[in-house]
Amino acid sequence: METLKYMVKRVFLALLSLFAIVTITFFLMNLMPGDPFMSEKATAETRAMLIAKYGLDKPVIVQYGRYLSNLLKGDFGTSYVLQKGRAVREIITESFAVSMQIGVRALISAVIVGITLGCISGLYKDRPVDSVIRVLSSIGISTPGYVIAFSLMIVLSVKMKLLPVTYDKGLGAIMPVITLALYSTCYLIRLTRASILEVLNQDYLRTVRAKGMSEFTVIFVHALKNSLIPVITYLGPLTASILTGGFVAESVFNVPGLGRYFVTSISSRDYTMIMGVTIFYSSMIVIMNLVCDILYKAVDPRITLD
Amino acid sequence: MKIKDFLMHSSLSHDDFTPLAEGYFGEENLDTEEVGYWKASWRRLKRNKIAMVALFLIIILFLFAFVGPMLSPYTYDQQIRGHEAMFPCVQHPFGTDRLGRDLMVRCMIGTRISMIVGMVSAVIVMIIGSIYGAISGLIGGRVDIIMMRVVDIIYSVPEILMIVVIKMVIGDSIEKLATNVKMFVGLQKIGTGLIAIFIVYGLLYWVGMARIVRGQILQLKSFEYVTAAKALGCSRARLIKQHLLPNCVGQLVATVMLQIPSAIFTEAFLSYLGIGVSAPMASLGSLTSEALNGFSSYPYRVIFPALLISLIILSFNLFGDGLRDALDPKMKK
Repeated sequence: METLKYMVKRVFLALLSLFAIVTITFFLMNLMPGDPFMSEKATAETRAMLIAKYGLDKPVIVQYGRYLSNLLKGDFGTSYVLQKGRAVREIITESFAVSMQIGVRALISAVIVGITLGCISGLYKDRPVDSVIRVLSSIGISTPGYVIAFSLMIVLSVKMKLLPVTYDKGLGAIMPVITLALYSTCYLIRLTRASILEVLNQDYLRTVRAKGMSEFTVIFVHALKNSLIPVITYLGPLTASILTGGFVAESVFNVPGLGRYFVTSISSRDYTMIMGVTIFYSSMIVIMNLVCDILYKAVDPRITLD
Repeated sequence: MKIKDFLMHSSLSHDDFTPLAEGYFGEENLDTEEVGYWKASWRRLKRNKIAMVALFLIIILFLFAFVGPMLSPYTYDQQIRGHEAMFPCVQHPFGTDRLGRDLMVRCMIGTRISMIVGMVSAVIVMIIGSIYGAISGLIGGRVDIIMMRVVDIIYSVPEILMIVVIKMVIGDSIEKLATNVKMFVGLQKIGTGLIAIFIVYGLLYWVGMARIVRGQILQLKSFEYVTAAKALGCSRARLIKQHLLPNCVGQLVATVMLQIPSAIFTEAFLSYLGIGVSAPMASLGSLTSEALNGFSSYPYRVIFPALLISLIILSFNLFGDGLRDALDPKMKK
């Protein structure tokens, strides 16, 4: 019952957040100088006609009201510039499917590699393995994504000719996935290591050892389970950021995903696309955080809600 | 007279009042020197080798960025005829770019810009975040709930998207301000792009700090000394300024230190999108992203600035980690 109440409250808050984001973005976007049709080679007359056609000549507050009422009906409008006339919802679903292909793979590899290396590093603290992993993860965390992307491209495809330069569904997906996953992997390594070290110092593990359990049981049954709790809290933001943060990977390797609409929609003032992408990304972040909080509670009953 | 009488009758002799000889207590350490918070922290920090190496690196980078350009025979926007697109050599240790500008000076200026971006943003974040968090935590109740919901909302905004939108909105108006209003002409020298980044930081990035400070304040609030201060009629503003914030300064400093690399990272990303500092100014981000086009033929143009970014971020991260452990020994279990 308590959980249910908490969930209802959280969902309500999430909707409120989304509403606030939609409102802020809408008005900010209209504050930007220029309009969607400024780059068009058309006479002032046609431009005025286009603006009138989409209702952009009306006061911003009226446009806002109309957008909201359409949104409630599930209508995101049509793109003005990037893919003229196509429904925004269609563009987003189509390109996000591509983003998902690299995103999911990046997520899975980040979680597996990150947690495994983090555990090894924590369990073999101050040994050579630990030092190597720590140095590598520190470097990974301090290098900007596009530098990693270009370095991979030069080394693996230009110099060694192992992988294709641009994205495809097979081998061409390897480099975008690495680019996307590297930062989170390194972050997960550090997080898991710190958390393992903390758990290893706790009294209950000494009790387990005193009872004569084998070292294997101590670590795999008792230590790991508790040390993964802080990692779970990070998984929500991680999923959201990997699925929405593919801009660099997608633009360097020419992946036809949603990331490329990320900035181009803003610079070309494609209002409906900006709104669509913003709403999509924010809902993803909000939902992930929600799922994560509930999961957190399920894993660790000591935590009281709110 | 009275004291003398007293001494006469008591069993104490004058010798009892002379200081003890050194080493009287043997090996036992009776160090009674008072050690303040900062001194104790500094001692703990000094023992952390990684943090000290990082601190040394930060100092070197500072000298490179702020003293280096003065020692160099070139300036960052000087185009040297006949020296176009040179590989690293004795004259130009980092080589030159397509327009014949010395890359070492440009890297120095870039490091300077990146460090300024990092530190100014961190200070902005600290000021806004700590005041907001302190107010929210101290007042509590409904005010706290509303203030924290605002934080939650800002937290779930896709930040990069917001940065780009806000930057386009305010970048333009700052540009107008700088060209039209006499008072703000100076802004143009710093570059409108940079100011926009600072504003974006002021608007979006303080939320993490606000959460941390609020958590700390909630803990401190229940301490007796706060009740005592309240009983003596201390105002809320004074309570925050004099009693609460100074007690979470350790957390504050450490978080600010870790904020610096994140700001530098963001700046680099914005430069990659082409909306960072404006030419001919250079930041490490803009130097790297400009050079990416000719990466395979002129790799050195990317390698030096990219290496510097990594070095700055790495040293600030490591130093920040060490600082957090040193300033807040309770946190380290």
